[in-house]
Amino acid sequence: MSAMPSIPAIEVQALGKRFGDFAAVSNVSFAVERGEILGFLGPNGAGKSTVIRLLCGLLRPTSGRITVDGIDVGRDPEAVRRRIGYMSQKFSLYSDLSVLENLQFFGGVYGVPRQAIGERIQDALRMAGLAGHADTPVHALAGGWKQRLALGCAILHRPRVLVLDEPTSGVDPLSRRRFWDLIHDLAADGVTVLVSTHHMDEAEYCNRVALIDRGRIVALDTPANIRRRALDGELVEVRGTPLGRLLEALAAYPPVRDAAVFGNAVHALLARAADEAPALAAYLAGRGIGEVAVARIEPTLEDAFVRMIGRQAQGAGGAA
Amino acid sequence: MKLRRLRALAVKELLQVVRDPRSLMLALLMPVMQLFLLGYGVNLDIAHVPVCVYDQEGSPFSQGLFKRVQASPYFRIVRSLHDQREIRQAMDNGSCRMALVVPADFSRQVALQRHAAVQAIVDATDDNTATLAAAYANAVVAGFANDVRLDLVERTSGLPLLPAPVAQQSRVWFNEDLESRNFIIPGVVALVLALVGAQLTSLTIAREWERGTMELLVSTPVTPMELLVGKLAPYFAIGLLDGLICLAFAVFWFHVPFRGTLLALLFATSLFLLVVLCVGYFVSVAIPNQIGASQIALFLTIMPISLLSGYAFPIDQMPAAIRLLTYGIYARYYVTILKALFLKGSSLHELWLPVLALAGYAAAMVGLAARAFRKRIG
Repeated sequence: MSAMPSIPAIEVQALGKRFGDFAAVSNVSFAVERGEILGFLGPNGAGKSTVIRLLCGLLRPTSGRITVDGIDVGRDPEAVRRRIGYMSQKFSLYSDLSVLENLQFFGGVYGVPRQAIGERIQDALRMAGLAGHADTPVHALAGGWKQRLALGCAILHRPRVLVLDEPTSGVDPLSRRRFWDLIHDLAADGVTVLVSTHHMDEAEYCNRVALIDRGRIVALDTPANIRRRALDGELVEVRGTPLGRLLEALAAYPPVRDAAVFGNAVHALLARAADEAPALAAYLAGRGIGEVAVARIEPTLEDAFVRMIGRQAQGAGGAA
Repeated sequence: MKLRRLRALAVKELLQVVRDPRSLMLALLMPVMQLFLLGYGVNLDIAHVPVCVYDQEGSPFSQGLFKRVQASPYFRIVRSLHDQREIRQAMDNGSCRMALVVPADFSRQVALQRHAAVQAIVDATDDNTATLAAAYANAVVAGFANDVRLDLVERTSGLPLLPAPVAQQSRVWFNEDLESRNFIIPGVVALVLALVGAQLTSLTIAREWERGTMELLVSTPVTPMELLVGKLAPYFAIGLLDGLICLAFAVFWFHVPFRGTLLALLFATSLFLLVVLCVGYFVSVAIPNQIGASQIALFLTIMPISLLSGYAFPIDQMPAAIRLLTYGIYARYYVTILKALFLKGSSLHELWLPVLALAGYAAAMVGLAARAFRKRIG
């Protein structure tokens, strides 16, 4: 709040990180506004965690620049760390310490003023739903409780920026839902949140989503815009058995631009669904695929993602 | 450095040690165990050597000699024999390590002020014990003979007699009882502190890596210097506590004299602990798993310290090249200081050279350790 509103909370410019010959992150640039929730979406190993670790100053970038609140991570990493609350992918609180002892430790190392710490710990306990469990050893907590405690520890020093690396992996759906409610509350208070996930449905909770694949940002937009724009056509859901033969048949049919299995159906991309769907149904009818049903559907983020990654792979293949 | 962060780190570290049975045992039980093991195990003295006597005379006079032998702490008369052959048997079956044979004309020879020979037969399979036993037996018999002679002359002349005009009197300084325990135990304190200090700290960084807590710790604004100081502070306190425990056992259990001041001991121990803790920390930074780190720390402390610090094996008796090598072993200086404090009661002022050397080592190690840790992962 003290900084000028024109400076983005996080700004990343042409970021690159190589591990030997492997380019984990290539030419990544983005900016996150104050109070915004930006989601990093992508498969495991896409480079989400690497970008996050670079942002927290845990890794040194090979190229590019990161600023948090206008402060360069490379130049003054400690000043940036004071402004960031970080939740790592792997649970990294002290299991042999109690809930309260963990909170006291992180309050101490983040230099939370002594007169404020008691109240903030109470806030964190309330927020995490851990009131009355202050003396429970952390190793005895269930997954969802651990995640909420980790979030509690990460916000004790009231950071302006919250960086969460797959905070909900291994947590049951109800706890996930509750966790996201907390994140929305924090964002409403003006905290900027950068959160990575591989749950496609969670991306819908974000203001904007960056799709990351093989160390690059493939798309960066609101979930709605990504769904709308990623697909160069309209989507139909095709049902039929056996699924394998259905997919083969669709892939061999020229008007279908792309086909992928989703659950027990195939999603096929057509230029104009209304015009082409009847011809498609007729084409499939003679191919030994039981009862065929074709229906126009609204694309999900996952459809968009699969289509975009597919296009990237084709582009890479064509260039090679 | 912020005090608030140091405190948070130190409290957390202490809680982890207290809750980890392995660390707790290492911190509190190991020193006492080591002290007992080395205090009793490394013993170059003889005591209570089992002795058989073959009294060919059977007079009150020969009984007087045996009483004298029995009264000495070195010997314990276990059997009375009646035959020369029994001596061989007793030696063979190990029931005695030495046999004293009093000739049939013992009291007559003494009365005539002749040379009265008491034969001592020693089992020399352990040559160290045998040499010492023979020497002590000699001393006991000589003492007895001297008293007898004085007594005799006094009685015949009716005058109190002055002791023999010329007599050799050795005075042993600083370790009057010539107890090897007095020589060894002060050095054992160094070994114990090095072992415990380096072992405990070698786990401190490795534990964070192993349990995955390092990632979050590195993301906090804690500086490497704060991490070093905050993490080592509890071990420093534990080390000093262990030092005091060792001192108490040395003085009250093993009856090793402590003639120096507590303050001097605490000061020298602090310097030594700084070196040892930083060695352990260094190892911990370099080796990110607990088992590996503790092995390396063990190797780096126990080997050079037990062999080259002079705690049990005198440095003066080492070959010149090895002697030169001992100047590089920091424990050497501490052992020198410990022995001087315990046995001589020297002041730090008199010990300025080893104190300075130890302080130099401490400064260098703290500098290295502070630089060792980089706040990066991977």
